[in-house]
Amino acid sequence: MDGIISWFDYISGRPDEILADTWDHAKITLTVVIAATIFSVLLGVYAQRRPTVRALSLSITGIFLTIPSLALFAIFIPIVGIGNTPAMLALFLYALLPILRNTVTGLDSVPPAVVESAKGMGMSTMSQLFQIRIPLAWPIIMAGIRISSLITVGIAAIAVLVGGDGLGTYIQSGLTRLGLPNSLESVWTGVVFTVVLGLVLDLVWATFQRVTTTKGQRM
Amino acid sequence: MSDTANIHLDTNESTSRGSTRPEDRATKIRLEHVEKRYPGTKQPAVASLSLDILEGEILVLVGPSGCGKSTTLRLINRMIEPTGGRIFLDEEDVTKANPDKLRRRIGYVIQQIGLFPHQTIAQNIATVPKMLKWDKKKIAERSDQLLSVVGLDPEVYRDRYPKELSGGQAQRVGVARALGADPEIMLMDEPFGAIDPITRDRLQNEFLRVQAEIRKTIVFVTHDIDEAIKMGDRIAILGEQSVIRQVDTPERILAFPVDEFVRDFIGEGSTLKGLHFETVREDVQLDPYPTMHLTDRPAEARARAQEAQTDWVLLLDGDEHPIRWVPVSELDSGNDVTAESGTEVLAKVSIGATLFEALEQMLISEAAVSPVVREDGSFYGVVRLTHLNKAIRRARLEAREHYEQLETT
Repeated sequence: MDGIISWFDYISGRPDEILADTWDHAKITLTVVIAATIFSVLLGVYAQRRPTVRALSLSITGIFLTIPSLALFAIFIPIVGIGNTPAMLALFLYALLPILRNTVTGLDSVPPAVVESAKGMGMSTMSQLFQIRIPLAWPIIMAGIRISSLITVGIAAIAVLVGGDGLGTYIQSGLTRLGLPNSLESVWTGVVFTVVLGLVLDLVWATFQRVTTTKGQRM
Repeated sequence: MSDTANIHLDTNESTSRGSTRPEDRATKIRLEHVEKRYPGTKQPAVASLSLDILEGEILVLVGPSGCGKSTTLRLINRMIEPTGGRIFLDEEDVTKANPDKLRRRIGYVIQQIGLFPHQTIAQNIATVPKMLKWDKKKIAERSDQLLSVVGLDPEVYRDRYPKELSGGQAQRVGVARALGADPEIMLMDEPFGAIDPITRDRLQNEFLRVQAEIRKTIVFVTHDIDEAIKMGDRIAILGEQSVIRQVDTPERILAFPVDEFVRDFIGEGSTLKGLHFETVREDVQLDPYPTMHLTDRPAEARARAQEAQTDWVLLLDGDEHPIRWVPVSELDSGNDVTAESGTEVLAKVSIGATLFEALEQMLISEAAVSPVVREDGSFYGVVRLTHLNKAIRRARLEAREHYEQLETT
């Protein structure tokens, strides 16, 4: 009980600071997820009907996800220096697989008869893609985006180790001062706000998914 | 009274639909030695197919599965690119035309329908008009109109989504969507194939009714010979590699299959199917049949039956409607004939009915003949088995003469 009270004291003592860091964390996450979405959807559309590209791109993005995060963050320091950039590059690579895989799966799930009838009515290849195939794959692509978003929010806390911003600062500073006053409060702040941010972002995506799909596509 | 009913058993072609004779119509689609060869295969999928499809007709491509009939259909709107030959629409060579623009001129209906699930029914129907940049008001009017044409209330259905429709309703929308921009040509690939038999029958009938008004040029693919006979103004029976074995009106194909392949394909009962194309008409000799009224004396009726050598007399009411079959034995009994005598006339056909219907009624009729009534229900004459026999033999003879004439010219 005392712990919770002192934690509330801790956060109510510095609300602006915490909000600013949460916002930084959100910005990193959103930038990464949006960039990964654009890249993965384009790649997915290109790869879906090309077996070699498809297999290759899925394995490579799969391998990215298995590289230990600390190492992947550090790899980029010699190239781009410290700060948010190496962190965002690493997060970008992590975010690819769920979106890419779901894009490919989503496009696979579009009924061939629907594409056939679109083509048969004289829809150009581009119109078929933007008016039929992507809209129909969209709920599945969105599911991938939401998974990537959750992964990114969590792993982004490590950005602090390569000089980045975000809620990881509270975890790191708390851990280095462990045993000293407010150290645990600091760690908990980092953890709780990261989780809350993850849930809020998921809610944002859910709303976005709702407005970008029609009633005909919902269960 | 009824002794001299003049009713006509019509044996002329296309009486049920298609008022103009096929020969008089202009060619709408012409296939000239069209060929499709897939790389790495010895035999072409479609080998040098030449076929004229006439304006306003339904031409049915029918054949065993794997014969290439679907491929042939898809060559016309170039969903499959031909590897040889030429395709003309209205004398315009479209073999090398822009395929997207070509397809916008041709309605396309497939068995799996392929409605866009994320779009409303109205949006689905508007697909081609939108590509052709019609204005919004015109598109909205058009989609409402088309929904009415295919028998769906626009108020109820226009804002629904495809998943809210039954299979039959979805295919109605599929047809409406294909008619979206009022194309002159429709290609239909087993459109009613995945629909339950009762709904299919209804959709076929409704489609024929709509077609009688809109008179599109339609190429229709099916593997079902009965559907082909029902839907086709002409039928092309295709063998391996889409080789045309016979192309003609359904009645002629039924009356005169040119070879063993065609005979096998149309299968058992082709003679019976041919009866669908012969109708009971007003101006040919029908057999008389002894009739009587309630006011007649049984002995008079008995004499008429004896003269006509029948075992039954047909009892008519005051409006000349046939009501009872009275057996001769009952006339002999000396009792008065009442409205309860004999058995009720259940089986009868109207003028204009097909001989197939007449045959059906004949089979269940007490006297083994099918009474024919006028539009007002009054008695006209009877159809006997000999009529059917004559009609079928005449149709066969005419078909044979037609083919002999073709050979000599």
